[in-house]
Amino acid sequence: MSLVNIKIEGKDYQVDSSLTVLEACRKCGYIIPSLCSWNKGECSLASCRVCLVEVKGARGLVASCVYPVNEGMEISISSQRALEARRTSVELLLSNHQKNCLQCEKEGHCELLKVAELVGARDGKYQGSMTEPTVDELAPGIKRNTAKCILCGRCIEACKKAQGIGILGFEKRGFKTIVAPAQNRSFAESPCLQCGQCVLVCPTGALMEQSEIEKVDAAIKAGKKVVCQVAPAVRSAIAEEFGEKIGTNGTKKMIAALRRLGFYRIFDVNFGADLTIMEEANELLHRMNNKGVLPQITSCSPGWINYMEFFYPELIPNVSTCKSPHQMQGAITKTYFAEKHGLKAEDIFVVSIMPCTAKKYEKTRKDQGTDTWQDVDAVLTTREIAKMIKRAGIAWNRLPEDEEWDQDLLGQYSGAGVIFGVTGGVMEAALRTAYFALTGKEHEAIKFEQVRGFNDIKDAEIDINGTKVRVAVASGMREAKKLLDQIKEGKSPYHFIEIMCCPGGCINGGGQPYVKPLLLPNEDDDIRETYRAKRASVLYSEDERQVLRQSHNNPDIKKLYDDFLGAPLSEKSEELLHTSYVADRERYPNLKK
Amino acid sequence: MEKITTEQRLEELTAQYQKRLGEKFSGKDGKKHLVVCGGTGCLSSHSGEILEKLQELIKEKGLEDRAEVNKVGCFGFCSQGPFVKVFPEDRLYRMVKLSDVERIIEEDVINGNCIEDLLYVDPQTHQKVEKQEDIEFYKKQVRIALHGCSFINPEKIEEALGYGAFQGLRKALHMSQQEVVDEVLASGIRGRGGGGFPTGRKWQFALAQQNEEKYVVCNGDEGDPGAFMDRSILEGNPVGVIEGMMIAGYAIGAKNGYFYVRAEYPIAVQRLRIAIRELEEIGLLGDNILGSGFSFRCHIREGAGAFVCGEETALLNSIEGKRGMPRPRPPFPAVKGLWGKPTIVNNVETLANIPYILREGAAKFATMGTEKSKGTKVFALGGKVNNVGLVEVPMGTTLRELIFDIGGGIPGNKKFKAIQTGGPSGGCLTEKDLDTEIDFDTLVARGSMMGSGGAIVMDEDNCMVDVAKFYMEFICDESCGKCTPCRIGTKRMLEILTKICNGKGEEQDLEDLKELANATKTNSLCALGQTAANPVISTMTNFPEEYIAHVRDHKCPAHVCKSMMEYHIMPEKCIGCGLCARNCPVQCITKTDKPTANGRPNMFVHEINTKKCIKCGACISNCRFGAIEKR
Repeated sequence: MSLVNIKIEGKDYQVDSSLTVLEACRKCGYIIPSLCSWNKGECSLASCRVCLVEVKGARGLVASCVYPVNEGMEISISSQRALEARRTSVELLLSNHQKNCLQCEKEGHCELLKVAELVGARDGKYQGSMTEPTVDELAPGIKRNTAKCILCGRCIEACKKAQGIGILGFEKRGFKTIVAPAQNRSFAESPCLQCGQCVLVCPTGALMEQSEIEKVDAAIKAGKKVVCQVAPAVRSAIAEEFGEKIGTNGTKKMIAALRRLGFYRIFDVNFGADLTIMEEANELLHRMNNKGVLPQITSCSPGWINYMEFFYPELIPNVSTCKSPHQMQGAITKTYFAEKHGLKAEDIFVVSIMPCTAKKYEKTRKDQGTDTWQDVDAVLTTREIAKMIKRAGIAWNRLPEDEEWDQDLLGQYSGAGVIFGVTGGVMEAALRTAYFALTGKEHEAIKFEQVRGFNDIKDAEIDINGTKVRVAVASGMREAKKLLDQIKEGKSPYHFIEIMCCPGGCINGGGQPYVKPLLLPNEDDDIRETYRAKRASVLYSEDERQVLRQSHNNPDIKKLYDDFLGAPLSEKSEELLHTSYVADRERYPNLKK
Repeated sequence: MEKITTEQRLEELTAQYQKRLGEKFSGKDGKKHLVVCGGTGCLSSHSGEILEKLQELIKEKGLEDRAEVNKVGCFGFCSQGPFVKVFPEDRLYRMVKLSDVERIIEEDVINGNCIEDLLYVDPQTHQKVEKQEDIEFYKKQVRIALHGCSFINPEKIEEALGYGAFQGLRKALHMSQQEVVDEVLASGIRGRGGGGFPTGRKWQFALAQQNEEKYVVCNGDEGDPGAFMDRSILEGNPVGVIEGMMIAGYAIGAKNGYFYVRAEYPIAVQRLRIAIRELEEIGLLGDNILGSGFSFRCHIREGAGAFVCGEETALLNSIEGKRGMPRPRPPFPAVKGLWGKPTIVNNVETLANIPYILREGAAKFATMGTEKSKGTKVFALGGKVNNVGLVEVPMGTTLRELIFDIGGGIPGNKKFKAIQTGGPSGGCLTEKDLDTEIDFDTLVARGSMMGSGGAIVMDEDNCMVDVAKFYMEFICDESCGKCTPCRIGTKRMLEILTKICNGKGEEQDLEDLKELANATKTNSLCALGQTAANPVISTMTNFPEEYIAHVRDHKCPAHVCKSMMEYHIMPEKCIGCGLCARNCPVQCITKTDKPTANGRPNMFVHEINTKKCIKCGACISNCRFGAIEKR
């Protein structure tokens, strides 16, 4: 690292020579507003022109987000010229932006609104026609409204970087330019995974999850028995929605809030996760003992399932037939739970609270329920449930922290279930149970550190009673692709692979709170690099605190098998807890045209 | 053709072809040689059919040993095409039609007579001119970039070799890379594509980069409306441009070169393809060229016609198969260009000059031009000027010479108003600039720019607000949509200009326009956006009174903006013939009961109902007495 001397607003600083002007200014304590710039260039580089500053000697104004610092550089952020230039760029953007801010679902998370405030944009300075908009609300998971798009290109790069597929791109040109899947198709008619990674980075309300808040409101109002079940990753991030620091555990307050919202029962999907482990670990053992297709690949991430069906349908035999945990739990709620309470499946409305947008799609799949009911009726993201809590007038800060999950047949869970929310967690949970199934005793250390962390691909070899089990973990389809190609070529050395669609796993799911440095002034400068680990630590520490650490030791699970299912992989289990997959294009007949 | 693997063999063949070409032009081979223009302009006026018919008739009449026909590149004098030139007389026939072919064969080829009515007539002297060099249009021209155009068959390597091809490269191969760069630096040549950046410095940057792989890219994405310099060069002498690219490749250490040519130039692409294939066949492209150890290959990429792809970083994206959108600079292409490798992007015309610089020496090149702009520049002269076409003049020629001597002045003796140079990125120059010596810096100093060489002349009938609107429409369509000021700013400017042209402008609009224009200029990402407002800024600066007339008085002084213009019949001139009324598509012209001024019985003055009038102009073009005016 070499240092250069620069001047900002006439003051001397020394900074790393590899920085851009924007980064250097941030390090020195200045905030230059910017809209397109994101994660070291994961955007349409230097396009928004909101971060313009004056650099002595440079031709015109320079886009600080891409302009490198150099020795002796003199930067002026607040010169009249720079101030006016930034304001003009924002005012122009606003002149082609659907400004229905009061009704916009982005609510307090709009960076454009924030930047307009920062630059002092004047009301209606520039006026004129608007680019012809496309509104795509056909896919169950995510939606797109180009009237709000400012063409920053972050979503385009996010899709490429996370999933390696590049569903979104620029279409048309000049004033007509929009961001769209190829030929401006709907997400529903393109091989989009609906993972929502694009939604996470969108600075405005152009990309959003499909909201199901009203559906849930209506079910509660209609007097249905609305059972909610919360995914592990939600607790790692929900507090952020209420202004708490990233990495705050929100479990207790969340439970209290949900109870005040009027849910009939409040369950943790960790129960479903434990159930998944029972089924999935046994499926693995079955495959290993019966020369079945290996490696077995996990199936709890619907974005990954989408990817597999589109791009690797030949791997269908490798994918575990287990439904994802919340679907399992939904099915059990509507059968076992209903039976025990003398209810009909139709009387119960299951709401999953998820860090995920793809789950919204998953619950609509044909093989996720019976002819008369679906396992899950509505899926709310972490962001949506936070909205519901705010709307209900519940003051998060004053919520008690002593309330617990409902203990009613599906209430208990193990630490193994909790860590499902982070990459490597399913693998670790499955290994704990598989170890027990093979050896008849618990793994001493309990933890399998080899599969933790945020490396691209993690792999490990675990000796279980002389059987060497080779496992690998990947998150993000761009990384996972390497493992998949290995299998396709017949060169995969693994027995079991965990794949999560979103990089880092569900803690970084497309339905989680936005992590936008511009809107998080109290977080550290490097928050984009650290937030995943901070959220993961919430889950790992909750695992540590649990007395129950293994799925097979969950008494409610034992009871469920004893009273209802029989054994893992029994006929009843197959019917309720397992599913099937469809090869690529059959799902999208319109694509064949 | 045989493979040319040594310098000696190249020399022998060059001498042989040179001799043959000399004989052809001088008639020493005892034959008449007819050449037909094969440029896009003339081809669209059937020069292709003329060539075929000539060949057919020569065969039919058994004249094969007395006459030969060949196609050549653009003559440049496009308003007078198609051309057929006869050697050894050096006789130029213009505006030749298919029906003239028979006569050319009979009278000229067989009987040796000049066909007078196919000769060019000087509009000033009304004299017929037989030889090309005696035509005013050509007199002040110097052909360096257009070397070989209209002389050699662009599809025959032999003719190119006979006309000096590869002499520049041959010399370069005996020099060190640095010496070649120094030579180009010494010549003072600056990029002909628009910006005028010193070519040698660009090369020096690329040479300084340590990298196994480097690229030369030829920018043939000519997009300015009305400009066709690069097209004509590629069509007329593709080998010359290839040679220029090879010299560049040798100088910076590149083994591969890419031609980026727009797909709308199919003939240029086809001729390039032929030239590359033939050069590969004879070993002048490929490995170890002329035994020197230098290897080079050329590739062609066709652009889909986006104006922005003329911007070098957008062009590189397009070659890589990405959307043609500019990249921020730095890093500059010379450091990180095509596929991240050091790359130089040179315009077609720039590369066409390179062989001359090496062949004749930088010193000779530098004798032409002004202090800071050396050599020549090709202009596509168009608009309200008598001689429309391609013009190559030394830098330092004045606008007056360009418009009035070479261009032959304004048609219909109308008053000169402005000349727009630099296309949509340039600006307007007016009467007061006529004696400006054209070079890169003087044009910028006067609020315009050289650009790629478009030069559109305007007269008193042009409304400058309308002109600004025209260019803004073009830019609006061609903006890639990446950066905010260019995508939205140009649209807002266009909306304001449209409002003004529709007679709804207010004085505040001028303020807004100025503010937007300046913001677009300083805030945009690439040169397209940075220069997009130039036509607005330059017309506002030079013709403020026209803008004010539009917004304050709601009048268009040039009577171009329809909403502010009306047709009127002047009663004192109307003879009552009724021709206007009969030709009016909406029957808004009626006979009044006022007798005409000439007092002829039963003839009455006509009148236009301006409320019903759709301002199509049918009346004015039909009136033989000049009795209708725009107000």
